[in-house]
Parts: sequence; structure tokens; C-alpha cells
Amino acid sequence: MTAAPRALILRAPGINCERETFHAFELAGAAPEYVHVKHLRHHPELLERFSIFVAPGGFAYGDDIAAGRVLANELRQSIGDQLLAFVERGGLALGICNGFQMLVRLGLLPRTEGGSLSQQVALSHNLSDHYECRWVTLRTPANRCVFLDEGLTLTVPAAHGEGRLTPRDAALGETLRTEGYTAFVYVDESGAATESYPANPNGSPSGIAGLTDVTGRVLGLMPHPDRAYLPFHAPDWRRAGLAERAEGMVIFDAMVRTARADGN
Amino acid sequence: MDAWRVEVRVRDGLPDPAGEAARSALIGAGLEVQGPVRSRRGFLLGSELSAEAVDQFATTVLADPITDEFVVHAPGADAVAEPGRVTIRPRPGVTDQVARSVQKALVDQGLPAVLTGTYHAYLVPGTGAAARVAAAEQCLANEVVQIVDADTVPLALPGPGGDPDLAVHTVPIRGLEDAALERLSQQGGLALTVREMRTIQAHFEGLGREPTQIELETLAQTWSEHCKHKTLTGRIRFGDEVIDNLLKSEIARVTRELDRDFCVSVFEDNAGVIEFDDEDCLCIKVETHNHPSAIEPFGGAATGVGGVIRDILGTGLSARPVANTDVFCFAPADTPDADVPKGCLHPLRVLKGVVAGVRDYGNPMGIPTVHGAVHFDPDFIGNPLVYVGNIGIIPRDKIQKRARPGDHIVSIGGRTGRDGIHGATFSSLELHTESETVSSGAVQIGDPITERKAMDAVLRGRDEGLFSAVTDCGAGGFSSAVGEMAEGLGADVDLATAPLKYAGLAPWEIWISEAQERMVTAVPPEKLDRLLAICDEEDVEAAVLGTFTDTGRLVLRYGDVVHGELELEFMHEGLPVFEREAVWEPGDHRDPDLPDEANLGRALLDCLADPNVASKEWIIRQYDHEVQGGSAGKPLCGPRRDGPSNGAVIAPKLGSTKGFAVSSGLNPRYSRIDPAAMAECAIDEALRNVVACGGDPEHTAVLDNYCWGNCSKPERLGELVRATRALCALAITYRTPFISGKDSLNNEFRDGDRTIAIPGCILVTALSVVPDVTRTLTSSPRHAGSHLYLIGVTRRELGGSVYWKTRGELGASVPRVDGALGKRVLDATARAIAAGAITACHDLSEGGLGVAAAEMAIAGRLGVSLDLLEVRTEGVSRAEEVLFSESQSRFLCEVPADRVADFEANLYDVPFARIGGFTADHRDCVITRGGTELARVPMADLLRAFKGTLDFDGTLTEDLR
Repeated sequence: MTAAPRALILRAPGINCERETFHAFELAGAAPEYVHVKHLRHHPELLERFSIFVAPGGFAYGDDIAAGRVLANELRQSIGDQLLAFVERGGLALGICNGFQMLVRLGLLPRTEGGSLSQQVALSHNLSDHYECRWVTLRTPANRCVFLDEGLTLTVPAAHGEGRLTPRDAALGETLRTEGYTAFVYVDESGAATESYPANPNGSPSGIAGLTDVTGRVLGLMPHPDRAYLPFHAPDWRRAGLAERAEGMVIFDAMVRTARADGN
Repeated sequence: MDAWRVEVRVRDGLPDPAGEAARSALIGAGLEVQGPVRSRRGFLLGSELSAEAVDQFATTVLADPITDEFVVHAPGADAVAEPGRVTIRPRPGVTDQVARSVQKALVDQGLPAVLTGTYHAYLVPGTGAAARVAAAEQCLANEVVQIVDADTVPLALPGPGGDPDLAVHTVPIRGLEDAALERLSQQGGLALTVREMRTIQAHFEGLGREPTQIELETLAQTWSEHCKHKTLTGRIRFGDEVIDNLLKSEIARVTRELDRDFCVSVFEDNAGVIEFDDEDCLCIKVETHNHPSAIEPFGGAATGVGGVIRDILGTGLSARPVANTDVFCFAPADTPDADVPKGCLHPLRVLKGVVAGVRDYGNPMGIPTVHGAVHFDPDFIGNPLVYVGNIGIIPRDKIQKRARPGDHIVSIGGRTGRDGIHGATFSSLELHTESETVSSGAVQIGDPITERKAMDAVLRGRDEGLFSAVTDCGAGGFSSAVGEMAEGLGADVDLATAPLKYAGLAPWEIWISEAQERMVTAVPPEKLDRLLAICDEEDVEAAVLGTFTDTGRLVLRYGDVVHGELELEFMHEGLPVFEREAVWEPGDHRDPDLPDEANLGRALLDCLADPNVASKEWIIRQYDHEVQGGSAGKPLCGPRRDGPSNGAVIAPKLGSTKGFAVSSGLNPRYSRIDPAAMAECAIDEALRNVVACGGDPEHTAVLDNYCWGNCSKPERLGELVRATRALCALAITYRTPFISGKDSLNNEFRDGDRTIAIPGCILVTALSVVPDVTRTLTSSPRHAGSHLYLIGVTRRELGGSVYWKTRGELGASVPRVDGALGKRVLDATARAIAAGAITACHDLSEGGLGVAAAEMAIAGRLGVSLDLLEVRTEGVSRAEEVLFSESQSRFLCEVPADRVADFEANLYDVPFARIGGFTADHRDCVITRGGTELARVPMADLLRAFKGTLDFDGTLTEDLR
């Protein structure tokens, strides 16, 4: 049996979902470790010891200026190149909610053109102009993410105030939709991608809730699989019965499986 | 100081939700707005930066490269305010967290850490300047902490602050007459009575010297009502009786007499502690932050949340916070402007500000806000109530703490500023029309990320055993925190070592400042380096303020100069016993003589739409109730997640299904008829709620939080005594110990000759350990075809009810609790739930049977039928009275057909009846009497009534399927 893949769970002032994310990766069979950004920026070589990099949810640096902006700037200035190298050499990365906002601002997602880090899309204020916590249903379209199957449906909570995707231009929007960069969409009761509130809580165009990158090794999404990883998290388990494995685990399981298969 | 100014805006053609939200808010404030409103975010950067650096910084950090554009204005450049502009900036000295993050980003970019500032602006076309500013002051800003103007553009940054007044000031007090002492207390904002001033005077006469200013301030903080609970711990003459220390003789007596083995630490620490499992305990605290929230709802509520979280961090050797609760009382949100007295904010503005404050502190802290309630009554107009609670988990071996002589006094967290000076004494005074202006210094702005960093550092320090005691800086700041920890020891403090937000603070200001996000620890010398290293790793400031000693004296220095020296025994024990009169006479209330209800369905919808019943979803959704991965029972339930839950169920340890249920009870309206009824119903409701979640009534602890009017008036204090006795009698019967509590008195608003007192009320919070969260339930029925049972007895108790409120009546027949029956009902219901015989359970409270049944139907999106003839009643027969009576100790239960025998067998000692069932054939609420249909209300109507009232932005009623 191969050793458990090592997962770096990033800590930073204001990141606040690290414990449940850590536990979910543990359940999936990874060996997670916390690393504080203050430590990592001075020891970027640490990245070489990990096969999975995770930016958990929260309010990094209070989401001051814009969600994830200050942390993205700090990482870009300090270890941007090393993070890029981590992905290029086959590492897997996951950003959940604030972690996704941060990866987008860092330019690691969607990174359709490869090469360097540059921000291509924004996650803007919800059309409601406020934070909202509600369960949503996601579907995976055909996508280039190496560990995410097409046609998955999962019900997970969304909890954010800035989750509306805005691409740099219409052409990029088209690329995101047609070239497999869209990893998750919000769907309505019929299962169709939706822009309508409340199934889509922020008004994101084409219902885009998550993205992957050109390598398919980086995934980011606004909703929280880390809050739907235990069977009793599900909002209606009392009627539907407790699931054997919670829906949110599909992402953590898939990443760990892939990291293992890659021999990392 | 001149500064670069960078103004960022959303590119034309892209949505600007902040502008849109401002537009609807301004229209709501009565401004006529033509066309769209555009938002701007402004940044001021020290003029030392080069033009190139500013441009690069704005491009990469301040503006979003995809959605924003920006304009840079050079330092000293003239700026003309565009037409229609309104600018909002923080007042000097008010915490500007964003500015600090901007500074951090500058350093990350390799640029110098110059001074920074921020502001907001809106372009509101076609409006006059005066009207625009007035409207913005009402809905976009608060003058207490912000400056709003139309004509100028912020160009400069505040300077670094002036030189502090470091002189040692003595205050001549010896030989003063009573009138002069009173004046001294008033002018200094000390909130001390003449008797207390005389005690201080005598003390210093004995010492043969005058007190210094810092000594007097220390005593005022320590002896404040807020810190000492002088009224409840004092002597009360109640008719022929003399009550010594109501807290001890009633509340604490309950806990002592019950002597429950799960109580670990009660009334000793910053929170009550009960057993959880073999490794850990739970602790819980509920606080109020009423006065600050009345003046600055956003900041007041936010710092209330921050404060109660610190109470949990300061319990034992620090507990990990796992859940927040919040309960509010406001005047009706639709109060006409003309009915809002001068000096009060409009209740809708208070509501929105308070909700945003709780949201913007709790969510960034990463603590889920899992339970709450909102109550509306016109008499909360001057004194809204903001109850904030927190629950934590703590290892069993970390509960005892004791500072030792030689330990360093180490503060961890935020810096000290002038914010919140005199908060403790301010909260002990009555509010009046001028409070808004004179007390602005008592309002603070929260910074949750600093608190989060302090929390992470403190919890790591705890796990490594690096301190022998910890407490929070709350009311009274360092003076209270260090003073409490030094009790029985002594302390030597050098105030020059405290990190400051800006220069210019006098030593006494540093000592009593209530700047937020600070914890104080007692650190053995050999562990100091390690603790400081952890703080550095967690990016949080720590400072050694001094040393704990064994001298019994508190010595306050600034550098080498001693500014004050107090005997700790006098500080803590010198307060003279408070004496107060109390009387109670029942009011003259009568039940109304109403005709038979002609339209029962309409009456049900009226009750559902009453703001005290109506859905609170608009508030709940703005709170993160899922973070930390412990949520097993959510505030909203059912397939469409909009049914009101009885309480929250949390599994706080990842990987374990052991958990707790938390809920509350609050009935201010009953207090208008009889405070005893109010108190009984509060505890009964809180317990019903946790039992309906699956909590164990035999492993449940309760908290009492009093909010009352001015208790120097004998009739107010009489109400309080009466309520307390009823509360305690029932707690004994229910075997539920009080483990923590708090009181906020003086909730009375003075408007000229008129005073508006709140209805005295006790919030009871119940915390119940749950052996397995996967066996808990909600109020949402699961199966069409299941039966609906009503446990308990329905009496003619409509006094103070929602139904009579919708008819403009108060009445007299207020619900009372039959404790013996109530205990049997709680136990029997818990038994049937534990047996798995109940699949959904809802308690009957405001609105009675009708509202509870309708809420279950809404939660499950099922039809419900109920036959009023089947209900077990005593002395009540009219249909609307059976349907809307608010008799206590009742539950509605969904029971599947195959569990009927088991269910009924478990209810062997309580009255119950099968009164109807759930169906999927239709989705109506059908009320019959002996088979005759009295009303049939379709689901869409139920939803519209329930969700419409508090739907402040139209999101709840968008989808009524």
C-alpha cells in the first residue's frame, strides 16, 4: 500500500475552515498538515514535500479591500513561482470558497493560457450585495479536471458574499464554458444550470460555481464540500436517511485517489 | 498630512451591487433618487510613496483588474466634489481595519509601510446636498463613528497623535460635601452613588491623602453596576421582607440545592461549565450589549459578539468557541418616523445594523451563529436588546486557573486606543436624548481577524501549558482584567509597555480603555519566550505589562512614575452594600370581550404574519451557521429549508456524534401582565425547545439574562423580584441548574419628562447534552400519512397572546406553568423521542396550536389537518381560543402509524391526544371541529403570511412554492 498523500492545509489570519478541511482530508486517506503562510513564505521549499495544496475557506485578512486579495498578493509576492512550479510538476490544488477567491486573484485559476500567474476572472459581490448561507445543488459538466467525473451531483452549503464570476471578456467566458474550465455549475430542481436566485445564490453567469485550470490539476469552488463531508451535515438526512458517505467527500476522495495513483 | 488618493470604481456596464443597495437604502430613507447610484472605494496613502509605486499598487492590489478602474490624485492636488457625491469616512481614532490591511499589502509589495486610510463614496444623481447627506446619515453611515459630507473629498490622513498628558493628577475629595461628591461622580462619568463616593472619601481620609485620577477611575470601573451587579447582590426591602443578595439567595441557591453532578464550574468564571464527555466540558455564556447597540447598532452588536467570544476564551485556561447565539428585541420595524423620539434611531435601522454587526463579526471569526430569536414591542424604541451568546468546548484538565506571584502579566491581541472609554460606567446609566453625542467614546468598532489571531495563539498556548491563568479584557479594560486576576495576590503594572493604536493616551486612558480583541494571561517566567514565539507565528501582538505579586496591592506606573496604588481588598470588597426598595402590585388587567372569530383562517394568517412569529430567515441566512463542520440540526429545516427549528444541534468534536442542543425562551409581552408568568414561560419554552430537538431534560443547564428598566424605582425592582422567585421555583422542579447569568438594568429611555421603560424580561437559554446527534429531530414532518399528536393540556390562556395582540388587546389570562405537569411532559416527550417514536416535534409557544401546526406544515410542505374537538382542554371551548391559547408545556408530534403504540406507551403519565395528521393529498392547513370544517388555508397563503413580514429585500417571497 502506498503511503498516504501529504496535503498542505494553508493557514493564514482569517482562514477559518482549516479544521474541518483537515479532517475531511484525513477521512479521505490523506496525511494533512497545517502550514501557516507566515512560515510558508519563508520556506517555499516545503511545497516539495506535499502532493496536495489546499486553501481553505474563511476571511483571509478580513477580506479587506476584496475577498482573498491581501493573501493572494502576499503569496504572489513571496512564493508565486514556487506555487506555479508545484502545479506544473503535477501537484494537486484545491481552493474552497475564500480559498477559491484567493486562487482566482492569484491567477492560479482558471489559467487558461498556461505560463505565468495573472488574474483572468473576478469573483464579484453577490447581486444581493450581502453574505448568504444556504444549501445549493451543484453538477459537474464535462470538464478538464483530472479528478472530477462528469455528471456528478452534490448538495453542499454555499456561504459567501462575493461569488459572482466575472470573466475578463466575453471570449474568456466562452472558453470557460466550452473548453472544460467550468468544474461546477449551480443547478435548479430540473437539474439545469441556473442564474436564478436562490438556486444560484450570487447571480453567477451560466451558473458557474467552480473552475479548473489548463492542467486540470487545480480546482476551486465557492460552496463548501468541507461542510457536507459527514452524513449528518446534510440538511434533510432525517427524511432521506443518513448517507453511507457524505456527498462532499467525493472531492476529497477523488483528490486523494488521484494523488495516490500519481505515486505522490 | 497630505496623501495620495486612489479612488476605485466598478467599470461602466458591469453590475455595481453596492451602488444598487445604497440606492434602495436611500430611497427607503425618503430620498428621491434619479437613475442608478454608483459606489466608490477610496484609499489614502502616505505622500512618501512615488507616483509609480502608487500606480503599481493600485493596479495590482487596490483595484480588481477585471472589474474595476481607478483614478489617482496626487498629494496636495485640489479636489472638487462631483455633483451628487456623498463621502463617508471614519472619524479620527475609529478603528479602520481595512487601512491596516492596505498597509500590510504595501509591505508585501516591498513598499514602505506609510500611513493609510480608507473611505466610501456614492454618486447619487439629481439630489440636493443637504437631503443627500441627511439620507446617507440615516441608512449608509453613523455619525457616531463616521463623517458624512457632500462637499469635500478626503485629502489628508490624520497625524500621528499628540503628546500624552503624563502628569500624576490627584483629585481633591477629602472634606467634600455630598452635593460636591455627586457632581464629581457625574462630571467624571463615574456612575457612582453619593454613598459609594463617601466610602471612597473615607478610605482616602484614612490613608491621609487624595486619590489620583487613575485610582478613582479604577474604583469606578470595578464598582460599576456592569461589573458588580450591585442591585441583584445588594439588599432589597420587599414589603416586610429583607432580601440579602437576590442572586445568591435565589439563583445560586437553585444550583446549590439541585447539586447536579454534571455542573463543573458555576458562577465562578467567565462562563458556566458542564460535563460533556470523558475528555471535555462545555461552557456557555450569554451577554447583552444593549446601550452601545442603541447608539451604534453595527459596532455595538459586533463588539458584543466579540466580547462574549472572549468570555469563552477567558474561561478556565481557555475554551474553543464552537457556536454563537443571538436574541434581539426591537421596536416594530414599521414604526412611523413621527413615533421615534429624538435621540433614538429608527428601529429598522437598528435591526439592520445589529444584524450586520453580528454577521460581520461572527462570520469572519469562523464561529457559526446557530440559534436566535427576535421579539418586537414598541417599548424597545429607546432601548433595543441585543443578547449574544457563545458556547465553547474545553478539556477537563484545563478548567482550573490561578495566577501566581511572579507570573508575567501578558496581554495578547489588539492595541489599546481611546475607544470604549467609560463603557462599563456608561452601560450603568440611563440613556437620554443626548446620549448619542456625549457617549460616542463608549462605542467601539470590532476587528474579528485580530480576535481570531488572538484566539489561535491563546488556544495553542493553553495546549502547551504556557500560562497559569487567562481572562478577557471586557468592560473596564485592563483595569478589570488585571484587577480580577490579581485578587488575593497583587500586581505591578507599567502602562508604558502597552502597545497603542496611536500616541497621546494618558496612563489612565490606557488602563480603562475598552479597546477590543485583547486577552490577558499570567505567564510563568520560564514559559514567556515560548508564548511570545507562538504569538509571533500567529501574527498577533503580545506585550508584557507587568508582574503579579504577593503584596495585596495594585501598583500602576508609567515608566518609573507611580500613578496609583490601591489595596486590592478595598477594590474588591470595599463597595458598600446597596440598599433598594421593591414593591409589587398586580396591574389592573382584564380579558377583552371579543365576538366569536368569524374567519378562523384569516386569524391564523394574522398570527403567522405577526412579526413575533413571522420567519426570521432574512436574518438567519446572513449568518454562517455551517462553519466548523458541527451542524447536525440547523436553524431552518425541512425539504425547502425554511421551517423554523426549535433550536440548534451541534456535534462540536470532529469525528464524534456526541453533541448538544441549544435554544432559548423569551416572552416580554407576558411581563406586562405578570412578570412571574413571563419568567416561568421563558424557562418552560427554553426547555421545550431543547427537548423538541432531542435534548435530555435531565442533562440540561440553563442561563438567566435579565434586562430591566430602572431598578431604583421600587415597582420595577418588585417586578424583578417576583419574576426571579417564579423562575427559581420552576427551575427547582425542572431540576435545571443555573450555571451563568447576567443582568442589564437601567434599560429606560428619558425623552424630556417622559420615560420609556422596556418590559422587564428574562432570556432563558438552555443547553442540553445529546448522546448522539443522529438521533435528534426537527419540527419538519417526514411522512405523509403520519399522525399528529398534541401532548399537554390547553387552557383558556390568551393574556399577552399573539392572537389578542393582532386584535389590539393585551388581556389578563396570561399563561402560567403547572410545574409538576410540565416536568412530566418534558420527560415523557424526551422518552418517546429517545424511543424513536416521534419523527418530528415542535413546541407550542407564540400563536399556540394554530401557529405550531402551520409551521410544521410549512417546514414539511405537507398538508395538515387538526380537529379541535380532540384537543385535551380545561375550561376552554371557543374554537379560536383552543387554536390560539398559549398554554405552556405542550408539544406537537409527528408519529408514524407503525409507532403509535410505542408512542402512547411512553406517555403513560401525561395527557395527550391524537388530533390529526399530515397528508400529501393537498398542502392545506385544515381545521375542523368534530368533522365540521372550520377553515382551510392553502400552503401559498401560509407561506406568504409567514415569510412576508420580515422580508426586507424581497428575497424570501420570491419563491413561494
